[in-house]
Amino acid sequence: MSIRVIRPGLLTTIQDLGRYGFQQFGVIVSGAMDPLALRISNLLVGNEHHEAVLEITLSGPSLLFEQETLIAITGADLSAVIDGQAVPLWRPIWVRQGSLLEFGSPLCGCRAYLSVAGGFDVPIVMHSCSTYLRAGLGGIDGRALQSGDVLNLRGASPCASQQMKRMSERGSEHPFVATDWFAGLDLADYADDPTIRVMSGGQYDWFNDESRESFVSQSFSITRQSDRMGYRLAGPTLRFIRPRELISEAVTMGTIQIPPEGQPIILMADRPTTGGYAKIAQVATVDIPVLAQLKPGAKIRFLMISVEEAQGLYRSREAMVRRLGCGISQMNL
Amino acid sequence: MAYSAKEEKPLPDPASYQILPLGDAAIVVKFGDTIDRNLHRKIQAMETYFADHFLKGMIEQVPAYATLTIYYDPLQRSFRDLAEELRGIITELVDAPEPNPRIVEIPVSYGGEFGPDLDFVARHNSLKTDDVIQIHSASDYMVYMIGFAPGFPYLGGMSQQIAAPRRDSPRLQIPVGSVGIAGTQTGVYPIETPGGWQLIGRTPIELFRPQENPPTLLRAGDIVRFRPITTEEYTSLRATSQ
Repeated sequence: MSIRVIRPGLLTTIQDLGRYGFQQFGVIVSGAMDPLALRISNLLVGNEHHEAVLEITLSGPSLLFEQETLIAITGADLSAVIDGQAVPLWRPIWVRQGSLLEFGSPLCGCRAYLSVAGGFDVPIVMHSCSTYLRAGLGGIDGRALQSGDVLNLRGASPCASQQMKRMSERGSEHPFVATDWFAGLDLADYADDPTIRVMSGGQYDWFNDESRESFVSQSFSITRQSDRMGYRLAGPTLRFIRPRELISEAVTMGTIQIPPEGQPIILMADRPTTGGYAKIAQVATVDIPVLAQLKPGAKIRFLMISVEEAQGLYRSREAMVRRLGCGISQMNL
Repeated sequence: MAYSAKEEKPLPDPASYQILPLGDAAIVVKFGDTIDRNLHRKIQAMETYFADHFLKGMIEQVPAYATLTIYYDPLQRSFRDLAEELRGIITELVDAPEPNPRIVEIPVSYGGEFGPDLDFVARHNSLKTDDVIQIHSASDYMVYMIGFAPGFPYLGGMSQQIAAPRRDSPRLQIPVGSVGIAGTQTGVYPIETPGGWQLIGRTPIELFRPQENPPTLLRAGDIVRFRPITTEEYTSLRATSQ
């Protein structure tokens, strides 16, 4: 029993938290663009927080549930419906066998995360199930979902099975049943024209005073040349004090590079492991989810903070995620 | 040990280094700004050490030309705390002996369909194509780092005599195994990707091996030698490597 892909959507891939441990061999990390939405999606259906889910981009797939299961959709609001009825986000949803999940227009955000209780039964390649399209790694044969794919599910956790049983008893008439509580949206803190917190990058001092000032005082828009690898921004041109060359070194999620033409690139999930462009700044880990949900045209501003502040924000965020996880498991008991 | 604030030119004291954050979850040890074998030896010594001595909270490490980057979990370590521990370790390490490099031979079928830009590289340097092949396959190349794509080696040591500029317009698909030249760099494409390098040949050997551990033929610190082969040898080696 399984989920059948009727239509794949624009770009729907299997992702987990990424392929770590092989960057020294040039292996791209990949993983969810919005790791927070992925983790909460998993917690809602009783999975380990790092389990693989579907990352759904803007225009979602049509999925036929050939078995009953418990799902959760977090991240972007892409107008999900089951058998024509709107599906609420950020909560466990029991789905009846034979129901059809479809998506409409993107209302808010860019990427939704669909978890299933037990997780998708896909092979682990180099410690991860994440799909990296260019090397054909992970997920379903290293590619995005296609019509006709059959996604097999693993067994749900005992806690999720209990929840499923209770919800199905309530839902004899309906294609799905949602809990009346929801969790995690406030944590995600999405915004349309957000301020993104950054730390100074390794070559911050290479930029002239005017460029450093413009970087934090003016806004930048996300251009159409933006994808899982990175976002190209348009805004004030950022210049060096004098021409310099950087020899390649490691880059990471949220690294903000400035190529010679002076417009920033923010590296995202499918970034290369190393790069040779000057790094003006680095996005704080806690603000990656906000970036991940921005569409082309969105405007952002940068706010400079210290590494200590960013690590403090990260620790409080993780404490909140842990509390959320405990809260959800009590609700699901 | 000097904690150098300078990064303008090659550091006068070979033991000088900087410790810098790469955001809130990675730390960089930087030994300079140049591509230099002696400097790179320090990176290798550190990499070898951390492969056996995992630091608390460490996730993985990425050696590059003049830097070693360590990814860590900020729940377990703060930047300050990790920087302090690294300073102590590096002081002990800088005089580590040079590791014995592995020598890896890569067979290459030069020219023809596999190396459509071999003629260009020859003309650009006023050489015969056979000279380009001879020069390219005569050097020992050191793998400074693996990056850009899975298994892609950044090689040092190519002769200036066969240097050639990148193509004006990049190819949309470079076949797997293509051997290219860009400026004074040479490299091998492990996966199909767009690229602007001048292609002079192709190897039947797979550089990216996702089923193996490590998943790549080459590792930082290896020495590469290119061996010219015929298209017949290419075909038979390709058949056996699959």
